[in-house]
Amino acid sequence: MSHDMRDDIGSKMGMWIFIFTELFLFGGLFLVYAVFRAKYSADFHVAAEELNVFVGTMNTVILLVSSATVAMSITAIQRGNKKLAMRFIIATVLLAGVFMVNKYFEWGHKFEYQLYPGSEVMKNMEHGEILFFSLYYMMTGLHALHVIVGVVLLAVVFFRVKQGVVNSDNYVFLENSGLYWHLVDFIWIFLFPLLYLVT
Amino acid sequence: MESSEATNQKTYLQHKPYKGILNWLLSTDHKRIGLLYLYSIMAFFLIAAIFGLLMRIEKIAPGETIMGPQTYNGIFTLHGIIMIFIIVIPGLAAVFGNFFLPLLIGARDVAFPRLNLFSWYIYIAGTILAIASQFVGGGAPDTGWTFYVPYSAESSTSVIWALTAAFVLGFSSILTGLNFIVTIHRLRAPGMTWFKMPLFPWSIYATAWIQVLATPIIGITLLMVIAERTLNIGFFDPALGGDPVLFQHLFWIYSHPAVYIMILPAMGVVTEIFPTFSQKPVFGYTAIALSSIAIAAVGYFVWGHHMFTSGISYWSRWFFSFLTFIVAVPSAIKVFNWVSTMYGGSIDMKPPLLYAISFIFLFMIGGLSGLALGALATNVHLHDTSFVVAHFHYIVFGGMGFGFFAGLHYWYPKMYGRMYNVRLANIAWGILFLGFNLLYFPLFVIGLQGMPRRYFDYFPEYHTGHLLSTIGAFILIAGIVLMLYNLFYHVKRGEKASANPWKGVTLEWKVASPPPHENFDEIPVVTEQPYTFKSTESDS
Repeated sequence: MSHDMRDDIGSKMGMWIFIFTELFLFGGLFLVYAVFRAKYSADFHVAAEELNVFVGTMNTVILLVSSATVAMSITAIQRGNKKLAMRFIIATVLLAGVFMVNKYFEWGHKFEYQLYPGSEVMKNMEHGEILFFSLYYMMTGLHALHVIVGVVLLAVVFFRVKQGVVNSDNYVFLENSGLYWHLVDFIWIFLFPLLYLVT
Repeated sequence: MESSEATNQKTYLQHKPYKGILNWLLSTDHKRIGLLYLYSIMAFFLIAAIFGLLMRIEKIAPGETIMGPQTYNGIFTLHGIIMIFIIVIPGLAAVFGNFFLPLLIGARDVAFPRLNLFSWYIYIAGTILAIASQFVGGGAPDTGWTFYVPYSAESSTSVIWALTAAFVLGFSSILTGLNFIVTIHRLRAPGMTWFKMPLFPWSIYATAWIQVLATPIIGITLLMVIAERTLNIGFFDPALGGDPVLFQHLFWIYSHPAVYIMILPAMGVVTEIFPTFSQKPVFGYTAIALSSIAIAAVGYFVWGHHMFTSGISYWSRWFFSFLTFIVAVPSAIKVFNWVSTMYGGSIDMKPPLLYAISFIFLFMIGGLSGLALGALATNVHLHDTSFVVAHFHYIVFGGMGFGFFAGLHYWYPKMYGRMYNVRLANIAWGILFLGFNLLYFPLFVIGLQGMPRRYFDYFPEYHTGHLLSTIGAFILIAGIVLMLYNLFYHVKRGEKASANPWKGVTLEWKVASPPPHENFDEIPVVTEQPYTFKSTESDS
């Protein structure tokens, strides 16, 4: 049937538009960040001291490498190297896993010190510090959700490659998943300096 | 272009690869999905209209008539949520955009048919959440559809359900918009350049971009309110350093452009109707096409006019007021072009044209009263009065609603291959038009006199206005019932309609009525401007 006809350019265009909507979704939070950062810049400075720059840097490197591996899996499938493509997808998913584990310990550590919205410790803090941590949890939380969605997408694409549905002639699904993964990486690149490096 | 009326394909209604109802629930045919949206929207429209009628009955006399204040708050909230998020935002784009966009641009379907069906399911999930919000836990939400903090963060009613519903419905809206953008970019028939595209697709294109670029903002804002309620994040809570006015900004950054999501497709529909019933090419094709884009672009930057009394700075008020006046210009350009299209044409006063002309009339009242609200000095007086209620009902119902009915009467013979009773449709239009004006016009007057909106009670001096308005509500409902009866009754029993009963020239009239499953036997090749009427060709 005619509307099963493939249109790779159309598919990619759809993915790009979807990525724009995701950027606008985070854009709302960036806007809130900008407003409160301007209003409480000193408090933001103090609160950001609490974040672990080392873990943040680690996670940045991890995501950057994972963006590279997903890009390499696309190149591999284009050259018809199915096995290598699958390996690179696995590598990407593993890196995402390491990112999430780091995130888990990072959040857990803060919960130990009662650094979360609504806690007793938080109640005695300055307004700007409270808002900083609220933003920290909202932004990294929403980002972590996107990491999970990305992992699910990559897992699906892995099996599609394995079945041969995604192959050297028809790899737009992998490309789109890769695009989504780059988005996850891209948003993190902005979150990292805004949250960890403002001090 | 060859007429492909002698098709050997089955019509889309006869094409039944599945059993029974599954032909509707699993079909990725854009025409069936369009009808799915039509039926769901109509059903919810009747529910929300009845809520509206209940509010009017409550206000038939001063004092408590049929309900107390808390029930009234719940009812106007649900009326707003259903009307805005479930009916007018998807509205014309989801129904006529789905059904007619591919036909008008010479495509067999939208770019992503399965995503299209999926969007409908998300839409239904959202509607279920919205309805459920009435019955679960804390009772019907009472915040109004605007969810203003701090009240929405404190109200003990089921606000979270309503917020989630709006979030889910927004997601459906985004996916529909995305689908239409790619469809228009990728699937236009060969030869159909951008400026040979009919004007309804142009308006859908502008709408789709607003859907895609504005909806995520409301999405994240609703999530923030949910987090505000559940996690004490404090973005909007002054006790924690937050700012309630920030919510209003974020809310209106989406919700003002949303008004253009509602009205642009309606403008597109009447733009199709005027040339057909004047048998004359549309006047100012390029101006109409580009004014849709201009409305979408400028409409993004006028949100602050909802907040003139919220304590924003002098210069931002000045800026937003100025842009509000600017955004009226492209709308006026369209109005002048529609009127000029009719000028000197051979006008055929059929129901679609009646609705389209009354669209102009009502939209003008709505638009000009909008300028009274957009001006800084008058806004202070009129803010939160029933003048505002009258204004946006003239735009949303008088504009989008009448545009919807215009489209329904225009494309009905194409959708079902049958014709409704034209005389009955004219009578229903008359009752609707009368009832509409009687319902909403008095609200302008008592609003000017100081009647606040969202109050279940009022001082005796507003009684005449409210009484007239309630009488109008009954007449309006009678008109709607008669109109829908006429349409539904004739779906199966009406006279058979020909492929082109109105002598239209756009592509949807070149296929059979109802259209075949795959729309076109052969994708047409477009060589002419979209509104080239053969009889007028020799003149130009």
